[in-house]
Amino acid sequence: MKRSFLVLILLLVLGAAWAGSASAQQPTPSDDQVNAIARQLFCPVCQNTPLDVCPTEACHQWRELIRQMLAEGKSEAYIKQYFVDNYGARVLSEPPQVGFNWLIYIVPPVAFLAGVFLLYRAYRTWPRMQKESAPESGSAPAAKDEYVDRLEEELRKRR
Amino acid sequence: MLADFGFGVLVLTFLVALFGIAAGIYGYSKKEGRWVESARRAMLLTFPLVTLGVLSLVFLLVSGHYEIKYVYEVTSSTMPLYLKVTALWGGQAGSLLFWSWLMSAFASAVMLRQWDRDREFLPWVAVVTGATLAFFLSLSLFFENPFARWWQTASGEVGAMFQSAGATPLVPPDGAGLNPLLRHPGMIIHPPMLYLGFVSFVIPFSFAIAALVTGRTDDRWIRITRRWALWAWLFLSCGLVLGMWWAYDVLGWGGYWGWDPVEIAALMPWLVGLPFLHTVMIQEKRGMFKRLNMVLIILTYVMVIFGTFLTRSGVLSSVHAFAESAIGPMFFIFIGFTLIASISLLIHRWEGLKSEVPLESTSLLSREALFLLAAVLFGVIFIVCFSGVVFPLASEAVVNQQITVGPPWYKHIVGPFFAGLLLLMGVTPLSSWTYGTLKMIGRSAWKPAVPALVVPVVLLVTGMRDVVALVGFTLAPFAVCVTLYEFGRGAAARARSQGENLVVALWRLVGRNRRRYGGYIIHIAMVMMALAILGIELFQTTTQRSLATGESIQLNGYTIRYDSLAQFTYTDGRMVTRAVMSVFKDGKFLGELYPRYDLFPDGQPMTIPAIRSTLADDLYIVLVNWENISVLQTPFKVFHNPLVSWLWLGSLVFIFGTLVAAWPDKDPVAVPATMKAGYGTSPAN
Amino acid sequence: MSQNTQPASASRRRPVPLWAQIIVWVGLLALLALIGVSVARSQHKIIGVGSSVPDFNLTLFDRYGYGDRTAVKLSDLHGKVVLVNFWASWCVPCESEAAFLESAWRSYQRSGKVVFLGVDYVDTPAEALSYLAKFGISYPNGPDLQTRISQIFNRSLGVPETYVIDQKGVLRSVQIGPFQSADQIQAVLDPLLAGK
Repeated sequence: MKRSFLVLILLLVLGAAWAGSASAQQPTPSDDQVNAIARQLFCPVCQNTPLDVCPTEACHQWRELIRQMLAEGKSEAYIKQYFVDNYGARVLSEPPQVGFNWLIYIVPPVAFLAGVFLLYRAYRTWPRMQKESAPESGSAPAAKDEYVDRLEEELRKRR
Repeated sequence: MLADFGFGVLVLTFLVALFGIAAGIYGYSKKEGRWVESARRAMLLTFPLVTLGVLSLVFLLVSGHYEIKYVYEVTSSTMPLYLKVTALWGGQAGSLLFWSWLMSAFASAVMLRQWDRDREFLPWVAVVTGATLAFFLSLSLFFENPFARWWQTASGEVGAMFQSAGATPLVPPDGAGLNPLLRHPGMIIHPPMLYLGFVSFVIPFSFAIAALVTGRTDDRWIRITRRWALWAWLFLSCGLVLGMWWAYDVLGWGGYWGWDPVEIAALMPWLVGLPFLHTVMIQEKRGMFKRLNMVLIILTYVMVIFGTFLTRSGVLSSVHAFAESAIGPMFFIFIGFTLIASISLLIHRWEGLKSEVPLESTSLLSREALFLLAAVLFGVIFIVCFSGVVFPLASEAVVNQQITVGPPWYKHIVGPFFAGLLLLMGVTPLSSWTYGTLKMIGRSAWKPAVPALVVPVVLLVTGMRDVVALVGFTLAPFAVCVTLYEFGRGAAARARSQGENLVVALWRLVGRNRRRYGGYIIHIAMVMMALAILGIELFQTTTQRSLATGESIQLNGYTIRYDSLAQFTYTDGRMVTRAVMSVFKDGKFLGELYPRYDLFPDGQPMTIPAIRSTLADDLYIVLVNWENISVLQTPFKVFHNPLVSWLWLGSLVFIFGTLVAAWPDKDPVAVPATMKAGYGTSPAN
Repeated sequence: MSQNTQPASASRRRPVPLWAQIIVWVGLLALLALIGVSVARSQHKIIGVGSSVPDFNLTLFDRYGYGDRTAVKLSDLHGKVVLVNFWASWCVPCESEAAFLESAWRSYQRSGKVVFLGVDYVDTPAEALSYLAKFGISYPNGPDLQTRISQIFNRSLGVPETYVIDQKGVLRSVQIGPFQSADQIQAVLDPLLAGK
């Protein structure tokens, strides 16, 4: 009776210890892990300062918050979404791709196409060289070109 | 008393500038040479006048007249003399006056040149420079007066020029002092350089407007302003690099460019001014691209004003921006007026801006075509930067949403276009005027390409797999090899034909073609900077840890051991916390580094990184002041930045290259003065 | 005088095509409109006294609810004087006024005619709750999610700032910086309660 009672106590103690260790924190996330996420975010209060280099007390608290959330096993996407929900979309380093913001994502391809279009229009107005009158290709024109260039330069100076 | 004198002088200059504008317009419309000459003299007078104003302010700064609001804001008794002088541009009001001073210097300088051949341009150059100067003076006179005094009024302390009813003069015992972040040599020269760059671009713009108004749209205005534009570009580039150096050296985030809107505001004139420098060569040579050149120079000027507006008006939130102020609406009016006037003028003259001589056939791989392609690439980068800066404003105005357009967006988009420009730097020197085929370029290209390809091959062999890096480290060496090949080829051709030895031939070659070979040197400088940017952007590594003394951090083969920490007070009252670190690589001791954290008496902190620079890389250590510091747990952040030194070396090279390109040519025959020039009787040619 | 030579071929004379002109002018006017609006907004960052305050929704911290409600709208409080106080746990000056606010709240609480709303500006929940506990705050408090509420009052808000709204939803008082005493708070609230 006494023995089984002792065994029970032992099992309870061991069980508590096991349960205790299971609920203990995972190793504290390192500064580098925190910074890896913080550098993708901007400080909500300071202006245009990334969160990993912001020196204020508030930013220190936010980095600790990230550390705590990482320790709880939250993913990077979750943490970023948390910051957006609490502090607004401006903490992200790029505008979220919703609604009005699509405008800024369209601008680069449109600008590129506009550039291509301008080039096309310009080339169209240039008369094209006829095949027969094409000069001999080779290194000779290159050297002559050099010399001609220099001659032209001298002539222009004497204008 | 002196403040009143300074203010009075500025009022006078403002009136003189307005007179210059009026006289110029009147003289032009009535074809009265005397009035045009009067306008010229008025603009000539502005520089001595503004100088008097500036000297007054400098005297007030140096002698600690803290009853002047600006002097109070930017100086204090503990500041050394040289800092008090440079505090002239340390705050909004003073830097606006400084801007006006530089503008008047350039306006006066351009009025001093020989105008005999270009009398028609004179009135409009006076009008444009006068209008720009008058605008900036008006900001100083009516909104941001550097000579305003402190008054004690019923509602508190007020800064104003004149005494209002019931106000008594207030004389503070000491000043607030210049922000410690600004007391760095880079930060001292950076604003003057930038402003010089901005102001210099006003001159080519004024000639362009003169050309548009008078209809004299041949390349005369370009020849006149060719060197002005080159110097403008040099100053602007130096200003940008100094800003990068300061950010790297002082701000402690291990980088040099944050894609902050104010940084981009200074970059935008550079992005359109640089293609302008190239395409004007085409107009000189072949009379093409007249319209493009007009568009580019107008854009450059507008971006100068717009950039100044963004930085100062408080419209943008930025770490760099000045405090908010009432000058926003004035800028808005001036920008609106400038844009509407320039575009109207351009559209009016559009037909007349056709090419002079019938276009010879020009193929798609000719030098002209490649220059146009380069201009388009710059244009796209410019549009991307501009929209990135403006979009947050649009988001707030239209949908009331605050968003950030940050570095990732910019870097991913402009990267490929800069790569394209790198490629063009390699290909274009091999192209020739008018005609080009792939075969022709290929024939010239294979010789420099072979040594260039060694680099990516070596990288591949040593295990590099990053595609962007491989592409970048192929294009960059290619551009350098082509450029060096051009030097060699030209020198060899000359040596052969002139019978000189190679060294003399090279010297004379560069001497006779300063613009081209100076330009090639600048290209090499740009490639050096591109290499640095590739290195730091693609291969930077960083780590942060808290150490107790004796512990070490490892990063990229370096071991950094934390030896000790000291705290002491410096002579100017700041408390310095300084760590001693020993750096080892592969067991070998390389030296000691001293990262610091300064706390100024007014509470301003400054983190000063310790940097060990070599050609290959930088080791950059920051004492992290924003976590808790104690001897047991001192937080450090270490960066390894490959190739960063090439950024600073490259800037030295482009300074040299610009000097070569801009060096005045010796006239072989002195040009005799022709008949005395009155308006409307310029000599033929 | 002019350097322009007449070209042999006039084929290159082309005025700017209409579609290009339209694009340029429309673009230019849009840009100027944007700049103009941005400048105007930057000149008026704080809501003006005497203007009607737009409605907003404040979700409240647990144990700092309004009665039994976990969120409260400004429109729910029509007919009462509302004092909106922006604070943050990382804000040192806020601490100096915390006691004054709480004691002022206690004196007005029973009348039911005044509501104090504490709005926690860009803060972390743990630190915020410990701040509230430290100063024994009992009036409703909640986070300014996505900074929407602060943007109504001041687009470049600093903390602490306090805004007092009368029974009709009109802004009557703005206090930038901490209150110096509970009397100062009373001096703002009493006239409004008396109907002035």
